[in-house]
Amino acid sequence: MAEFVRVDSSTSGHTMDKSITLPPDEIFRNLENAKRFAIDIGGSLTKLAYYSTVQHKVAKVRSFDHTTKEATGDNLYEISVQEEVTARLHFIKFENAYIETCLDFVKDHLVNTETKVIKATGGGAHKFKELIERKLGLKVDKEDEMTCLIKGCNFVLRNIPHEAFVYAKHADSEFRFQTTQPDIFPYLLVNIGSGVSIVKVESEDKFERIGGSSIGGGTFWGLGALLTKTKRFDELLQLASKGQHTSVDMLVKDIYGGSYGSLGLTGDLIASSFGKSATADKEFSKEDMAKSLLHMISNDIGQLACLYAKLHNLSRVYFGGFFIRGHPVTMHTITYSINFFTKGEVQALFLRHEGYLGAIGAFLKGAEEDNPNQYSWGENYAGSSGLMSVSPDMNPMQRARSGTFDMLEMDRLEGKLVNLPLLQDASSYIPDTVDLTEDAHAREYWLYCFEEALDGVVKRAVASQPDMPEAAERAEKFRQKYRHKLQTLRHQPFAYGSLTVRSLLDTREHCLNEFNFPDPYSKIKQRENDMALKYYQKAVKCLDELSWEERQYALVRGVLAGNVFDWGAKAVSDVLESDPEFGFEQAKRQLEERPWLVDSYDQWFERLKGPPHKCAMFFVDNSGVDIILGVMPFVRELLSRGTEVVLASNSGPALNDVTNGELQILTESIAAMDPVIQAGLREDRLTLVQSGSSSPCLDLSRLDKVLAMVVRERKTDLVIIEGMGRAIHTNYYAMLRCESLKMAVIKNSWLADRLGGKLFSVVFKYEVPAPSQHSAALTPS
Amino acid sequence: MYLNVEKRKTQEKCDITFPWFGMDIGGTLVKLVYFEPKDITAEEEQEEVENLKSIRRYLTSNTAYGKTGIRDVHLELQDLTLCGRTGNLHFIRFPTHDLPAFLQMGRNKHFSSLHTTLCATGGGAYKFEADFRTMADLQLHKLDELDCLIRGVLYIDSVVSSGPSECYYFENPTDPDRCIQRPYTLENPYPLLLVNIGSGVSILAVYSESNYKRVTGTSLGGGTFLGLCCLLTGCSTFEEALEMASQGESTRVDKLVRDIYGGDYERFGLPGWAVASSFGNMMSKDKRESVSKEDLARATLVTITNNIGSITRMCALNENIERVVFVGNFLRVNTLSMKLLAYAMDYWSKGQLKALFLQHEGYFGAVGALLELLHPS
Repeated sequence: MAEFVRVDSSTSGHTMDKSITLPPDEIFRNLENAKRFAIDIGGSLTKLAYYSTVQHKVAKVRSFDHTTKEATGDNLYEISVQEEVTARLHFIKFENAYIETCLDFVKDHLVNTETKVIKATGGGAHKFKELIERKLGLKVDKEDEMTCLIKGCNFVLRNIPHEAFVYAKHADSEFRFQTTQPDIFPYLLVNIGSGVSIVKVESEDKFERIGGSSIGGGTFWGLGALLTKTKRFDELLQLASKGQHTSVDMLVKDIYGGSYGSLGLTGDLIASSFGKSATADKEFSKEDMAKSLLHMISNDIGQLACLYAKLHNLSRVYFGGFFIRGHPVTMHTITYSINFFTKGEVQALFLRHEGYLGAIGAFLKGAEEDNPNQYSWGENYAGSSGLMSVSPDMNPMQRARSGTFDMLEMDRLEGKLVNLPLLQDASSYIPDTVDLTEDAHAREYWLYCFEEALDGVVKRAVASQPDMPEAAERAEKFRQKYRHKLQTLRHQPFAYGSLTVRSLLDTREHCLNEFNFPDPYSKIKQRENDMALKYYQKAVKCLDELSWEERQYALVRGVLAGNVFDWGAKAVSDVLESDPEFGFEQAKRQLEERPWLVDSYDQWFERLKGPPHKCAMFFVDNSGVDIILGVMPFVRELLSRGTEVVLASNSGPALNDVTNGELQILTESIAAMDPVIQAGLREDRLTLVQSGSSSPCLDLSRLDKVLAMVVRERKTDLVIIEGMGRAIHTNYYAMLRCESLKMAVIKNSWLADRLGGKLFSVVFKYEVPAPSQHSAALTPS
Repeated sequence: MYLNVEKRKTQEKCDITFPWFGMDIGGTLVKLVYFEPKDITAEEEQEEVENLKSIRRYLTSNTAYGKTGIRDVHLELQDLTLCGRTGNLHFIRFPTHDLPAFLQMGRNKHFSSLHTTLCATGGGAYKFEADFRTMADLQLHKLDELDCLIRGVLYIDSVVSSGPSECYYFENPTDPDRCIQRPYTLENPYPLLLVNIGSGVSILAVYSESNYKRVTGTSLGGGTFLGLCCLLTGCSTFEEALEMASQGESTRVDKLVRDIYGGDYERFGLPGWAVASSFGNMMSKDKRESVSKEDLARATLVTITNNIGSITRMCALNENIERVVFVGNFLRVNTLSMKLLAYAMDYWSKGQLKALFLQHEGYFGAVGALLELLHPS
């Protein structure tokens, strides 16, 4: 059964100071523009949801008018900072004890008066109905709990990468996050509240309660309270985590003396829960009884879940409800039970934002007219508190933290994000090359690396806004926020799902945005673009003078040398900063000589002798020399061969990566000097698309819908990915259904070392999908 | 039950020496079946050694042995032909923790001098094998408990012809006023789901006499009911626990659907009387203080029984089997649980599933062991 029963907060025994002073602006953010409230009141926690708009600054580029171009000096385009309004969802979780204080705060800061209704769900909604209506002056509109739960579940599964995880108590990393599946349906949701509800979800609106059990969280709590005279649920779990069930349960070996071999039942298996308390005439410890009870209930739920999963042929089973919520003890026992009953065929899955599902669902019910499901949403790392540490025992610190406030913020993204249609297997695609939650050594290095780089980022941020006197103060706030995030991740690497170089970079971008540094590199990019453009014609002329054979190699070296210009890499940004004369030619000299660290140039070269590709999709990297002197000549050659080219660049700024807005201006300007590019644009053989991302890395499972459409329409048969962020930190192992070329220069000595190379080692990875993966793997190398 | 093979076998003569025992040593109870020959000739009587006579007299003239041994007289099968011999089959049980006393008695009565093979099944046959040897100088012939169980069930059902029908069901299980026990003839028994509720529970899918598989099991069984009752109420025997349960009210302990929704939860087709959370009311301190021991015993019984019911129902669906036979000593003198199971099977399957019960509920393993002695399979 669902969380039909939520127990009064009085019985859960919390005695909180209700007059606590909140740090409200930190918690209830963007209340001024808030609308569409929803609330989920559970047994001990309240979850408040609202939709708001956030005004923040974005850097926009605009081409100078051609007629006045001569008069504006060197600059090709101008940069202006504009205010942009984006949509954000806010979710705040707090103890029921604070409800009155929180409602007061919300009322006082609510400016928007259009809101008339608040959607409510959860067992406590009824109890607090009158209070909410009085305090907020809103009409409480109650929504069905299970419907809200499922809606919320669909939403997080669809929009939050690494939402679901497998729990492994004794592994190096307790949490193993799952990659987002392109299709989340069908799945089974086992909600363990007071009782258990087992729900089969087949599509957004189609779900059915296919079963349940009365033996659930309420049984553990109620029976546990009777047996141990312990009142609180948390305390019972704590008792259980210290107990030994073998003194209370009758095991197979207590009956057989050993295992029951012919059935494969091991001696340690429980034959009869509480079986020893029926015969042994002695006192049992509270801890042992609690442990036995926990096993009994977890095993029973696990068994039923497996039987239902089998009957309905479902392999994805998510567990939620107050019995599970963030408790390592119950996640462990449920996981154990599922493994036992399915012999590892089904994995128990848990959700990072499980506690928010009801609130999210209630909110979505109320926001149907805004069509929230037609957009993609992204977790804002700056505003979300992340998963709490639950390992290994529940220590008082963590309990204290759960007693405060927890936040989740989701940004509405432009349009809907989809898979690259060329992924070989979208369901097993993992963008990131290294999972730092599993690799402690790499984690330590990168956390250190990002902390080290922080001063430089702060300096750059301040320098990017010379006209704003408060920039220094904001930059300092950014420093504190990001440093705090890094510290959190040091202790809880799993706080935002898998920890990766990409997530560290993205978190930094989110934090910069949060403090209105939308594009710290805009001026640098502008200067470098202007400078590089001056050399374009000369570079092309040099290439044209080479023989075909020499030119192919020079073009590849050009892309690689261009890729050395990267402000994101510390080793390079030091050089760039100290030696502005560091030029394209010098970069070429820095490059490793062949054979490169990863070198399939010969195969690529052979391929070029063959027929031209139909269409190449090029995921570009940096501004300036990289895009103009490295990538464009390469593109030009492809066009000359008769290959259509699509340039995919970031939708929003990240470091010195070229954005789609900038690239449009640059391409037009190059077309003005280069007939090949001009013809390409005119004949629609060269097109520009945005990737849908604002990250220095690349997630091929979350791309702009238009990009995917272009890939299909143009029958793309070559994907080129350039740069460390997109081709090494991510996608290094990505398998595509067409030919692919991954090119990058390793500008980090630690990483170079890891990969067996040195600073400025080259990765040139040309791959052709094998006709059959199996036979390819069997071919001796 | 359709069982000519076993019937025919038992009519063939064999020359196994007396005494004939079959034993099933479970986690909580030892079940013993003893065949008392009634066709002993004068000649045989002459030859019969004193020890054998004394054992026969001791077992057949008493209905209780020591402090805890009991003979279930009402189950006795008279004038049974077994192995060409005619006699009575007796059914005896005692707690497993009194096994040392039993072995001591065997030693005192020089049981080992009879050179008989003692066929035993259940986990205890393995666990106590050494004790039998050292304490009573007896060699056990160990047998698989599920093989014995199925053999025993099929045999007993085939031989019981007079008296109350071995197999029965409850008519109108969903209507307490009209719910009555009815005999059932298992003519074409296969496939059937056999649910053995002892200390724990084993669920078997049986497709023929020799083709069966253990589908699953649960640790929430008879041992759990008694164990929790002992802890919650301070009782110490199964009979006491059942007696208390019969006088209690589980709805004071459990949280029902109607306690939450005021009635049925129509969105999901859940009736108001269904239990939403077993022991759910016990989360509240006030309610913990207001319930009686009898209420707690009743709630424990209902919780365990319903849980067995729902696991069984899921197995029946997964295995596509419509007939379920419940056996095991948890059902002994436990009409409450049997009616609950009958109700649960019928209600939640919308009449698709039939719950069947057998008179000799807990003794089939021991019977199977005895058959193994006479006709090794």
